[in-house]
Amino acid sequence: MKKRAFPGINTVLKKIYIVLIFIFLYAPILTLIVLSFNSSKTRAKWGGFSFKWYILLFSNRDIMEALSTTLSIALLSSAIATVIGVCTCVGLRKMKSTSRSVIIGVTNIPMLNADIVTGISLMLLFLSIGMKFGFGTILLSHITFNIPYVILSVMPRMKNLNTPVYEAALDLGASPIYAFFKVVLPELLPGILSGFLLAFTMSLDDFIITHFTKGAGIDTLSTKIYTEVKKGIKPEMYALSTIIFVSVLILLILVNKPEKAAKDDVAPPQPVVIP
Amino acid sequence: MSKRLIELNNISKSFGNNIVLDELNLYIRENEFLTLLGPSGCGKTTTLRIIGGFETPDTGTVTFDGTDITALPPNKRQLNTVFQKYALFTHMNIADNIAFGLKIKGKTDKYIRDKIDYALRLVNLEGYGKRMPDSLSGGQQQRIAIARAIVNEPKVLLLDEPLGALDLKLRQDMQYELIRLKEELGITFIYVTHDQEEALTMSDTIVVMNQGYIQQIGTPEDIYNEPENAFVADFIGDSNIIDGIMLQDELVMFLGTKFACVDTGFGTNKPVDVVIRPEDVILSPPERGSLNGVVTHLIFKGVHYEMEVQAGGYEWLVHSTTMYPVGAEVGLSVDPFNIQIMNKPASEDEEAVAIEE
Amino acid sequence: MKNKSRLLSGPYLFWAISFIIIPFCMIFCYGLTDKSGNLTLANILSIATSEHSKALSLSIELSLIATAICLLLGYPLAAILAHMKNSSGVIIFVFILPMWMNFLLRTLAWQTLLEKTGVINTVLSALHLPTINIINTSGAIVLGMVYNFLPFMVLPLYNSLTKIDENVLNAAADLGANAFQTFYKITLPLSVPGIISGITMVFVPALTTFVISKLLGGSKILLIGNVIEEQFTQAGNWHLGSGLSIVLMIFIIINMLLSAVFDKDGEGSVL
Repeated sequence: MKKRAFPGINTVLKKIYIVLIFIFLYAPILTLIVLSFNSSKTRAKWGGFSFKWYILLFSNRDIMEALSTTLSIALLSSAIATVIGVCTCVGLRKMKSTSRSVIIGVTNIPMLNADIVTGISLMLLFLSIGMKFGFGTILLSHITFNIPYVILSVMPRMKNLNTPVYEAALDLGASPIYAFFKVVLPELLPGILSGFLLAFTMSLDDFIITHFTKGAGIDTLSTKIYTEVKKGIKPEMYALSTIIFVSVLILLILVNKPEKAAKDDVAPPQPVVIP
Repeated sequence: MSKRLIELNNISKSFGNNIVLDELNLYIRENEFLTLLGPSGCGKTTTLRIIGGFETPDTGTVTFDGTDITALPPNKRQLNTVFQKYALFTHMNIADNIAFGLKIKGKTDKYIRDKIDYALRLVNLEGYGKRMPDSLSGGQQQRIAIARAIVNEPKVLLLDEPLGALDLKLRQDMQYELIRLKEELGITFIYVTHDQEEALTMSDTIVVMNQGYIQQIGTPEDIYNEPENAFVADFIGDSNIIDGIMLQDELVMFLGTKFACVDTGFGTNKPVDVVIRPEDVILSPPERGSLNGVVTHLIFKGVHYEMEVQAGGYEWLVHSTTMYPVGAEVGLSVDPFNIQIMNKPASEDEEAVAIEE
Repeated sequence: MKNKSRLLSGPYLFWAISFIIIPFCMIFCYGLTDKSGNLTLANILSIATSEHSKALSLSIELSLIATAICLLLGYPLAAILAHMKNSSGVIIFVFILPMWMNFLLRTLAWQTLLEKTGVINTVLSALHLPTINIINTSGAIVLGMVYNFLPFMVLPLYNSLTKIDENVLNAAADLGANAFQTFYKITLPLSVPGIISGITMVFVPALTTFVISKLLGGSKILLIGNVIEEQFTQAGNWHLGSGLSIVLMIFIIINMLLSAVFDKDGEGSVL
């Protein structure tokens, strides 16, 4: 793949390509950020620079309520999914390979299946057992689609787990539970953490499954936006999204900075990222 | 002597701030089995990759048969490489792997079929053509990697630690295999390894490298018997390396005792390194040697005993077929011919000083 | 961690049966029955009606186009990233960060960009270039699909490309292959698991989307996802909706099987 003849031109072309893709991915995001400072209420015209939507945002009860629902669902569902997911991975280690592949196969269903089918199937389940649609059904659904992300993040770490270290801990007199918490868990931690963050992000960004399982009277940010589409999105929503986006951006930059200085020519770790 | 086929002139290469090769000069003769030997990070693999065309030197030139090939990409060079972890194409069967280079050159089907058969016979893997690389053992994959390279009839075969991933027994078998192949093919082999035993067994010429500099070039016998400096002596085989003072020609003093030697031309009262191979130390009953000592460790090694002897304030490593038990008092002596005298490096850094051929 | 530890997967087993397997079966229960509970194939066969088959064929067409565009755009990007030294940072910015801007808002923003008097056309006319008019057309839907699902294509490709040993590429060059030959004889075949996985990851959500068509296609263009969604949220005919979902699932299952065949070791997996 290395073209030696014109390495200079090649690198420039590569950079241009990456920049173009970035423009494609970030143009809509930039648009939203710009709109959040637009004093005009419609997105069609520019009414001058203003912070007013940021101020109005905090007095908008509907949006604040949707935000708190969204965050509680995301936090609860990713935490519960992480606990269940980690337990599953530990359990899978001692299982027969056939039952293990069955479980992993089942885990892949929500990953590979269409969100609309997953949403509908859960809706039908809640309907037929007569469960009241609301916070509970959303939470159960989010846990369901979050567990696979945790399992698939922790599993590779589990596979590479250094068994002799665990056995050495037992040999030195540690009880299995003590050894698990002192030796195994720290090794799994990066996987657990990325699984949790991934689950949190997925829960936050989900619309389709929530749409089918939420019922009337409760809204996450996504479903709130969806109902607003026809009447026109409230500009406060742009302001809120901008706040969330910019805080995550700053957080990412802060987390990545010291890391970059530390890892000179060490191969970059495989990023654990999923849709 | 046969003609010089490849010449490296004043090659320097650095990665970032790390100077890997510094003003390296080396030539490789036609039909030579030349080994680049040294610890990891000594620049041996980089040297090979420059010859193969996978790295471009920062300065200096590479000539092949008199033509400058420094800027020539690997696919245009008349040499082939056997890579460290074989680098077989896992999505192709063995026959397709071997045929790869020939198909690119547009050879006829019949020619390719004959070549595959010939190459598989040569590496003793007849009938493996339809197998996939993953289904072969490490040693077999290694031989396929060699077959894939040699069907292209290169003038030079580059081998980058090809036996590194194999176990000891297989490694020894493959060493003989490689010598046989080299003789059958009659081409030049350039071999990279950190294993001194491999280098001594197979090579016509060994190039010992350290920290980007060539330390010594010579036949295996030269390198082993006449190491030019303490690094080579230490790296090749086991050695006793002792601080000494060259009192005058053919007389050296170390550990407070004067020893006769055969080296001349060091001047008088000059600090030197004295190198003595463990098998050259002669043990005798006490008072019969030049030094008296006590045996502190004893290990049976099969062909000989390995002993550590405390004598004159130095822990001597001794190989001997006669056994002296731990605690025994012994006398030590060395044949003057077996005492190697070497100049001390002026400073720690210059231990890796370049040596002109 | 000894034998008792197996019990730790118990909760998930229970969860998976309750919330993955049983719901999955419920779609078949509803899809294969009518409102009075009798077995029927009518729900599934209704795909043959002109309205439904039109929606399905449009969905297939648009999602195939979007998948092809994603592959063409994503492969060079993945290859460039795979050769970069510190690509993990870029990867995060390509894949994770945009997700923190709400999916619906991100897609809606394309309205603002694409409108007749929108940002893109303003720029184009300022440069005296012909303006584009694709908002509320199939073109806008394809663009929305590519925009939303491109990362799903790039990631598996990136993962399978980084797994190729550099020495294998060197070996091809060593044996006389030029850059182009090395690419189509070595790199391309070795990245097939990533390609298949990427195609699956893009094709399934594109085929089944109802949001992108609703947001960017105006109200005139109906995809199969919109038809199903309407059955559940407006028409209230869950049996028909389930029946159509079963049809959709046939495509999804074919897709999954395809990826299982080509990607036995999970090499091109998204994780």
